[in-house]
Amino acid sequence: MTTWTRLLTAALCAAAAFVPNGAGAQTIAITGGKVYPVSGPPIENGTVLIKDGKIVAVGANVTVPSDAEKVDASGKWVTPGLVDAETQLGLVEVGFGAGANESRARSEQGITPDFTSWDGLNPRSALIPPAREDGITSVMSTPGGGLIAGQAAMIDLFGDTRAGMILRAPAAMIASIEDQGGDGAPAKGQQIARLREILQDTRYYQKHVAEFDRGQSRQMSVSPASLAALVPVLTGKVPLLINVDEASDIQSAIDLAKEFGIKLIIGGGAEAWEVADRLAAARIPVLAGAMSNDPISFSALGSRQDNVALLRKAGVQVALIGNGGGDEELFNVRNIRYEAGNAVGYGLTWNEALKAITQAPAEIFGVADRIGTLQAGREANVVVWDGDPFEFATRAVAVYVRGQKQNDVSRQDLLTKRYETQPPNYEKP
Amino acid sequence: MRMLALALAITVAGCAKQAPATQAPVPARADTTTARTDTTPPATVGPGALSVPNADPYPSTYKPFPSKPTLIENVTIFTAVGPRIVNGALLMKDNKIAAVGKSADDPAIKQAEGGESPVVIDGTGKFITPGIVDVHSHLGVYPAPAVESNSDGNELVNPATPYVWAEHSIWPQDPQFPRNLAGGVTTLQVLPGSGNLFGGRSAILKVVPSRTVQGMKFPGAKYGLKMACGENPKRVYGNRGGPQTRMGNMAGYRAEWIKAEAYRRKWDAWLKNRKGEPPQRDLGLETLAEVLRGNILVQMHCYRADEMAQVIDMSHEFGYKVRAFHHGVEAYKIADLLAKEGIGAAVWADWGDFKMEALDAVRANMALLWKAGVKVMIHSDDPLGSQRLNQEVAKAMAAGRAIGLNITEEDAVKWMTINPAWALDLESKIGSLETGKDADVVLWSGDPFSVYTHTEKVWVDGALLYDRSDPQARWRSDFELGFVPVETTVGGPQR
Repeated sequence: MTTWTRLLTAALCAAAAFVPNGAGAQTIAITGGKVYPVSGPPIENGTVLIKDGKIVAVGANVTVPSDAEKVDASGKWVTPGLVDAETQLGLVEVGFGAGANESRARSEQGITPDFTSWDGLNPRSALIPPAREDGITSVMSTPGGGLIAGQAAMIDLFGDTRAGMILRAPAAMIASIEDQGGDGAPAKGQQIARLREILQDTRYYQKHVAEFDRGQSRQMSVSPASLAALVPVLTGKVPLLINVDEASDIQSAIDLAKEFGIKLIIGGGAEAWEVADRLAAARIPVLAGAMSNDPISFSALGSRQDNVALLRKAGVQVALIGNGGGDEELFNVRNIRYEAGNAVGYGLTWNEALKAITQAPAEIFGVADRIGTLQAGREANVVVWDGDPFEFATRAVAVYVRGQKQNDVSRQDLLTKRYETQPPNYEKP
Repeated sequence: MRMLALALAITVAGCAKQAPATQAPVPARADTTTARTDTTPPATVGPGALSVPNADPYPSTYKPFPSKPTLIENVTIFTAVGPRIVNGALLMKDNKIAAVGKSADDPAIKQAEGGESPVVIDGTGKFITPGIVDVHSHLGVYPAPAVESNSDGNELVNPATPYVWAEHSIWPQDPQFPRNLAGGVTTLQVLPGSGNLFGGRSAILKVVPSRTVQGMKFPGAKYGLKMACGENPKRVYGNRGGPQTRMGNMAGYRAEWIKAEAYRRKWDAWLKNRKGEPPQRDLGLETLAEVLRGNILVQMHCYRADEMAQVIDMSHEFGYKVRAFHHGVEAYKIADLLAKEGIGAAVWADWGDFKMEALDAVRANMALLWKAGVKVMIHSDDPLGSQRLNQEVAKAMAAGRAIGLNITEEDAVKWMTINPAWALDLESKIGSLETGKDADVVLWSGDPFSVYTHTEKVWVDGALLYDRSDPQARWRSDFELGFVPVETTVGGPQR
């Protein structure tokens, strides 16, 4: 049997075995592997017991019920499903020139906090299987563009409904303080002033909703829907994620967060290492990559690959995001594990790197009670690897999301299969 | 961070405000107002008035940096031409690879040392490969910082600009050059962008510090001609005179080749006896005529398989060869055709989906091309990707193995060394670790296809130009002084 025949057969068998609703209603025991729960130390010859879509036990001495489906993971590595803290999965199907982009709201000023991006989420996106095949089971699906882009959701790569996928929405309000290049956009001081004005309006709105509803409020700088969307940011229920690179601008963001008592997350943060102590003191997490050392703009002159390692050393919580170039928010979300490998190459410990693509993003976005670790009670998002997951030679040999084994055959798999022999047979998948 | 391809697309759009020019600029004509009866050109005609094959008016001034004879021993050697040599030794001397052997005591090495004691480097646990060759770079023409004032890669005034030369845009102080060297890249082809059907001439560079581009130019390297298929020219010119369609792209190329063929015939006839008034030189047609003569190599950006097949027929129609298709995300669909035509495929490991013509990218692209016998090579098109082309190759190799292809690391090493050297017609000088070749060598901390491996040392023509263990001695571009904190300098911490 060729690899391909095996793959397709497996997929067909999986399809035949698929029972809606009852799919998670089974017990699975993944045994014999080296288990990395992330919430605790690695377990040699460990067992992960899954029941009804949840993890029910993890350890070296787990009793496996006789009716459990046993999965032999001897010689394999078992980790939580990987989490990518910044993607456009489900929102964008083709990057450019195809009208298949639901990640950007339109407005004159680029201020759309009321944009609930997940209302355009496509659970059937052809970009989900390639990510899931490589062990990515949860992602932030994030809008972009403008000063306040809108609201992002944390989703499981699971099922075919939006409601079923969403772990938390909104999981963050997305904003940016950016170098504006030559396109005439405002100075960063004005961007920050505008954010402050909007937050002040939100605070006023929050205290005067009744007057506002009676039409007795003062003039506001943004729409009522925008203000209503920002109230949870002011109350600390939803974090404000500001994409910002330059150290001095990160400081401005820290000050703004302090002024309004909001939960801040720094995204990108090319120069975050320069203000690592202040970020640590304010307990502000950072989403950053480990693969750019390019002084690509005057706001990112201090880019360095060991940014993440330095931030961790200072005690900053860090989730890894792709920054090595190469479409890592869509087609190559799957490459987040190589970002982790490179982070290790630049000084992060291996365990910290795994945490930065599992538990850390789950904590940062408030879903640590659902995903990110292998612990009883968590969603059974589990990956079995045939080696070190950060290495290029390693493959995910089994991927479970909410206890269901995934048997993806991606568009890329089908194309590869079709053209393996030439000329191709167009009557076959 | 967005990928460069997209950044370029935006740059392209940003430049679209410029008024289109319809005529290529030509140098001032030689004075021909005086009627002459003799058959030699007027004495006042300088070389710039003549359209001569293989002219080299901006010659390389590159000289290898000072070096000492250096022996790396107890090291695993990927030569890029044969099986790996475990615990082998390699001697560099007088800018060349002087000998490769099974150990430091190998007679070939002893003989090459000639009684002199070289600098000895213990390579225990380490690997060496030839210097990496990146055939698709925009360093210097799209430097960092990526600001409008430094955007010098796409002459978007005319869909056919074969008259521009990348070397006239390259900024040698681009801080991305030292970062590429640190990634083990020792030779670059810097190309103009892909907004035009004919983008202009490429420049082949050694990755070395220099005040001038001439000081980086690879001595004796042929020029490349950048051409582009598909969406980019359509997008740039769609609403300003065309081409607006893929058929418009094809018509645009063919019109230029027709002119170029006439130009070549006229000049070749005149150059035969150099008598009478020379024809008028035209920079653009001269470049195209050099392609028709086989003196310039066509490097063509083309994503879709069907478009590559059209271009191949066009190359037959006008009698030239495409040396390599670049980007080629669908090259795997016509692997047999590319193999038959002897055309190289320069591709990414896994970029795709960022536009319609990139939709069918598969990770097994390189592996399927390799299986079909195509000269396949990794390329970057990206200042970060080019810093870790070894990792890109590792991904491509793994994708091939995942579909059951038995690709060895020895095979894969070729994808970043000798094959791209071939694409530049430089495989007799670089791309492998063989006696007599340029001593462009990378010492890796471990297996170059592990994610944890770093470059430790990089030699260009035998000169040690990057040393991870010596942060003080690192090449920093002028731009970096006072702008880029010194502690960020390429390399990061020692593991």
